[in-house]
Amino acid sequence: MGKILPNYVSTTNACKLCKPLGASLAFRGVEGAVPFLHGSQGCATYMRRYIISHFNEPIDIASSSLGEKNAVYGGGANLKLGLKNVTEKYHPALIGIATTCLTETIGDDVKRLLFEYRREFMQDGGPLLVQVSTPSYSGTHMEGFHAAVRALVEQLTVESEANSTVNILPGFLSAADLRSLKEIVVDCGLTATVLPDFSETLDGPALRDYPLIPKGGTKISDIRAMSGAKATVEFGHTLPDQLSAGSHLEKTYNVDLHRLGMPVGIRETDRFFEMLSGLSGNPMPEKYAMARGRLVDSLVDGHKYIFGKRAIVYGEEDLVIGLTSFLAEIGVQPVLCASGGTSGGFVKAIEKAVEGFGLEIPRIHEGMDFFEIGELAAELKPDFFLGHSKGYTLARGLGIPLIRVGFPIHDRMGGQRLLHIGYHGAQQLFDLIANTMIAVKQDTSEVGYSYM
Amino acid sequence: MEAALQERQDSIHRTGEAPFAMECNKDSLAGAVSQRACVFCGSRVVLYPIADALHLVHGPIGCAVYTWDIRGALSSGPELHRLSFSTDMQETDVIFGGEKKLYNALVELIDRHAPKAAFVYSTCIVGIIGDDMAAVCRRVSEEKGIPVLPVQSEGFKGNKRAGYAAACNAMRQLVGMGDISGISKYSINILGDFNLAGEIWLIREYFTRMGVEVVANITGDGRVGDIQRAHGAALNVVQCSGSTMDLAKMMKEDYGIPSLRVSYFGIEDMAESLYAVAAFFKDEEMMRRTQELVKEELSLIMPEIMKYRQALAGKRAAIYVGGAFKAFSLVKAFRTIGMQVVMVGSQTGTPEDYEELAAITDPGTIIVDDSNPLELSAFLQEKDVDIFVGGVKERPIAYKLGVAFCDHNHERKEMLAGFSGMLNFAREVYGSVMSPVWKFVPRKSGEEMSHENHERTRNL
Ligand code: SF4
Ligand code: SF4
Repeated sequence: MGKILPNYVSTTNACKLCKPLGASLAFRGVEGAVPFLHGSQGCATYMRRYIISHFNEPIDIASSSLGEKNAVYGGGANLKLGLKNVTEKYHPALIGIATTCLTETIGDDVKRLLFEYRREFMQDGGPLLVQVSTPSYSGTHMEGFHAAVRALVEQLTVESEANSTVNILPGFLSAADLRSLKEIVVDCGLTATVLPDFSETLDGPALRDYPLIPKGGTKISDIRAMSGAKATVEFGHTLPDQLSAGSHLEKTYNVDLHRLGMPVGIRETDRFFEMLSGLSGNPMPEKYAMARGRLVDSLVDGHKYIFGKRAIVYGEEDLVIGLTSFLAEIGVQPVLCASGGTSGGFVKAIEKAVEGFGLEIPRIHEGMDFFEIGELAAELKPDFFLGHSKGYTLARGLGIPLIRVGFPIHDRMGGQRLLHIGYHGAQQLFDLIANTMIAVKQDTSEVGYSYM
Repeated sequence: MEAALQERQDSIHRTGEAPFAMECNKDSLAGAVSQRACVFCGSRVVLYPIADALHLVHGPIGCAVYTWDIRGALSSGPELHRLSFSTDMQETDVIFGGEKKLYNALVELIDRHAPKAAFVYSTCIVGIIGDDMAAVCRRVSEEKGIPVLPVQSEGFKGNKRAGYAAACNAMRQLVGMGDISGISKYSINILGDFNLAGEIWLIREYFTRMGVEVVANITGDGRVGDIQRAHGAALNVVQCSGSTMDLAKMMKEDYGIPSLRVSYFGIEDMAESLYAVAAFFKDEEMMRRTQELVKEELSLIMPEIMKYRQALAGKRAAIYVGGAFKAFSLVKAFRTIGMQVVMVGSQTGTPEDYEELAAITDPGTIIVDDSNPLELSAFLQEKDVDIFVGGVKERPIAYKLGVAFCDHNHERKEMLAGFSGMLNFAREVYGSVMSPVWKFVPRKSGEEMSHENHERTRNL
């Protein structure tokens, strides 16, 4: 069906971000941590701006601010000076150092530089230094995110006594998702280490003083003890082994790894709760059984408004997989599932997500940009887009709604408060989708019914 | 002050305290979380509003994607500038060179969009791997018959200013290519206005009413064809001296065109700018028309402005902007609405800029170069500021502390230039400062969320 996409050389309006951005977000989710980019100033400033516009929160990302000389002779001196200055000003417990394209290209050996730095400046202690290599000429912000999480575990976790916690590696969720996730775990009678957790560091209260480093984040002592957990639950169907912190914990410390999809929609959430039940020995708490019941009830109430609607879903691979799975459950036909990522596992996971619902297999594309999505959209005649803010221009051009989910949300309030996961998240998504379709019908109707 | 690193002390000055001296215009300090961007950013800022040109970023994806449609520079026609084009370099390009990919991408995009010219921006790693961008550009230019201009904007080769210079160098190659017959002797180019929220349309209208022909907008709502004819204008009227002054100097060298520095922000500077242009043409009729224009415009806005002035009298403002020149106008604009500026800084000011700032502000004002969130937040608190003027990166600093904010950067969607822009500015300041929400923030309500409270909300 449809034409085959030509293989374009140039990229127009990319549907991905660069690796150090993902790494910075992950580091920001650790208590007392400051993200630090080893490269020139521009990268850090651009990423801060991009992140700020979504979260409406300060995010200080330090940079080694390389100049021309450093680019030629190496950035070691600037890296060390930068670390010293950040230590002096922020008093961090940890500095998360991510490389950039520049420092990867000039070949700075960050590991060795940090070794030297520790010897030269950290005799009397100082922050922990965790480093991750994030050249953006291979991979997207999601690879950067996962690589940073993995680096945290590889470099911080140590052998520790067996304990009853569960490790949860959620991937890139919203702040509201993370809060909900922690609540679920507590309600299920479990203690968990959620890594990373920027639910507070990137969504905090109004304050009297500017926080050097905002409160919250995964505790370093908890990360250290992840080796003793009774299991790891890791979200993400497309996460490659070498970027999985869960598989590191499994291989190194024999912590059972359970890889699940992002718990978006009914089936994936069911699986998550089954997993939690298995780990806690308790049945699903009443609160969630009720939420699930209400969700199903509402799906029945609203199913006619959305049945057979055609959707284009785009964004990070694992989020798109979760959303597609949910769309299949509620009777929406995904016509295109697209991502700028190129994990290799996207196509199969989407095919599996829509299986058994009598749907056509959607067009599924890795490594897509918005120019290509736009070309297909013109032909596929969708009823709505489901994805982050950057699809707005396309949706506007086609005169169809964009339902905003994921990151970034740059043109609405509250991106950090969007809930995607669990039954509660599914409920919000469902209401949003159904109401959007109802609104379209209402707005384009000549009569303008004031009841449904 | 405690929030500033030792090495930064010389870049912070309090007026009246000591003889004026300022460390500025140097590379940002490592680890200081500068609010600055990079050379590439400077070039993009200047060239981006040229709406019928292709803007291709040669490099890995981030540099292009973070600058996709982030600015409020409007076009009355083509909107090619709102797309984000990148060569999206991959590992193989880095290892084996990106020239082939650049060539193919250019050809593909020029065929697809038929632009009037193409700008190719180099990013950091292109500077390292040594792609010969100029050669590729020459080749494509010959093949496609349009100007294809390399912009040497490797991010690490200085700060934003270097980027402005690179952009001006690229434009210099366009100027002089067009036919200039029929251009009035009362003609100007507008330099350094980027048509944020449609401002250049307003400014052009003023000039039209004065009887002045505008040849080229450089670069707000800009067109390649106009810039190619820009050497036919009698005068360059330059705003925001940092970004396009270089081009004005080049045009003086190449074509003997004189230039005037102006600012369209605030009543005083706006009126003075128009008078200066009228005076340049030494035409009494034009001067009379200009006086009339100013009188008329003022009568339209002053009654409402006086209302705001009453409400805002005595309130304190802090300013942190990209270029120092805008800060001058803002200091005056705040005076117009009865407010006092207690802190002012910029990312890229020169020693002369800061000296002038020190001269026009009240004693005790903090003046700062290339600041960072820690310093800025400390200044806001120390001076108990009522509103902070800056860009998106400064906004959360103000908001987190419960301070009002006005966006005066390239990303804003409000028209703040011109006479009606001054009214918008007053409205925006009023709307933020007078909002009831500040009553609830810890700074004003007098309560800090206690630690236990905080612990409690954490676990919610
Ligand atoms: S150079 Fe690399 S790290 Fe920096 S913004 Fe560009 S893609 Fe991202
Ligand atoms: S890589 Fe260089 S050009 Fe690109 S954003 Fe970073 S500093 Fe700027």
